[in-house]
Amino acid sequence: MKVVIIDYGAGNIKSIQFAFKRLGVDAQLSNNADVIKAADKVIFPGVGEASSAMFMLRQSGLDKLIPKLTQPVLGICLGMQLMCNYSEEGNTKGLGIFNANVKRFNKRVKVPQMGWNTIKALKSKLFKNINEGEFMYLVHSFYVEECAAQISTTNYDEDYASALQKNNFYGVQFHPEKSSVAGEQLLKNFLDL
Amino acid sequence: MLTKRIIPCLDIKNGRTVKGVNFVDLRDAGDPVELAKQYAKLGADELVFLDISATLEGRKTMHEMVLKVAEHVNIPFTVGGGISSIKDVDDLLHCGADKVSINSSAVKRPELINELANKFGSQCVVVAIDAKQIDNEWIVHLAGGTQPTTLNLFDWAKDVEQRGAGEILFTSMNNDGTKSGFANAALAKLSKLVNIPVIASGGAGTIQHFADTFKEGKADAALAASVFHFGEIEILNLKRELKKQHIQVRL
Repeated sequence: MKVVIIDYGAGNIKSIQFAFKRLGVDAQLSNNADVIKAADKVIFPGVGEASSAMFMLRQSGLDKLIPKLTQPVLGICLGMQLMCNYSEEGNTKGLGIFNANVKRFNKRVKVPQMGWNTIKALKSKLFKNINEGEFMYLVHSFYVEECAAQISTTNYDEDYASALQKNNFYGVQFHPEKSSVAGEQLLKNFLDL
Repeated sequence: MLTKRIIPCLDIKNGRTVKGVNFVDLRDAGDPVELAKQYAKLGADELVFLDISATLEGRKTMHEMVLKVAEHVNIPFTVGGGISSIKDVDDLLHCGADKVSINSSAVKRPELINELANKFGSQCVVVAIDAKQIDNEWIVHLAGGTQPTTLNLFDWAKDVEQRGAGEILFTSMNNDGTKSGFANAALAKLSKLVNIPVIASGGAGTIQHFADTFKEGKADAALAASVFHFGEIEILNLKRELKKQHIQVRL
């Protein structure tokens, strides 16, 4: 199994690499198109700000490559948000894989949402052996609005899409690499796809 | 619903946990990785490692420790102590820390908060504030509460929020070490004032103290050290009790 984590300079990817190591898989970091295309599974991470992350993707041509990938791709946190049409963060046009928009949380609640929240309405093989209402670790100020591609929802101020799927593309708002046993199960499920 | 977080704090000197840690089934209670793994298993929601090494050599050891923790522990953790530059933070995040906590370096040069938030994102910038109530005013202190500043807690908290801090860790020096409960009145005021999460610290002695700081202090998370390290409060028991009192926790 060849797992590649797309390395485009966005955030802490060490944790994701270590999480796979705990599952016995050596995930490789790369921004090389050939290496990414040849992988069995691709992880698209992202921590930080949307417009600067998109800028880095465009500079390396990864914005053209990612939507054309045919193997299972998992976007994590900002990675998932960048796979959507548009983000309010930095007025950013995304990769357009998921037909959904990214909005900022209302000021009625504390922003960022930081901590453990539940995932509900689970519908994907990605959640095999994961219970309805399981807790996952989240840190984010922007969220994906409810949409047709959602495979889980989470409530913070209102319900939003905490995981998405379209064809071979998957996205999770939470950090499976930091979500204890349930997060490890999700990564295992992704490897099994 | 977003749950309230329980956060054990470990003091680290030269890569080892300091102060006695009284855990029955640990092979090596001085090993931060062993301890962190144990806490993760017992239901801790996050961990904080505070580096109290005074030497450069100690700081280097800290990087090795952070790498090992990131490799073996599957919950988020924050590293604090002696962080004063973008490079310090870059190094720690590269080793796998999820967040960093800055304290006196932010007071001495508040622009550091802006710089870190811009470069790494607010989500990984925790500003720790130690304050002491003197004549009804909460005054920010440095150097473990020994050195008063001219800053008022609430003014400073608002300032750090506006500069881009993602979270505030407030330690009441009046309550710290007393085991008489958290500074809930100040916490509630702080939590209402800022729109970022507030971690309560200082004063934990009983399970009820945690319940009170979530209910009365409106804290988003509570941090403690010795009550956990000496097994006086077991995290799982604590969370069960909090749930009984209708406080949302991850169980």
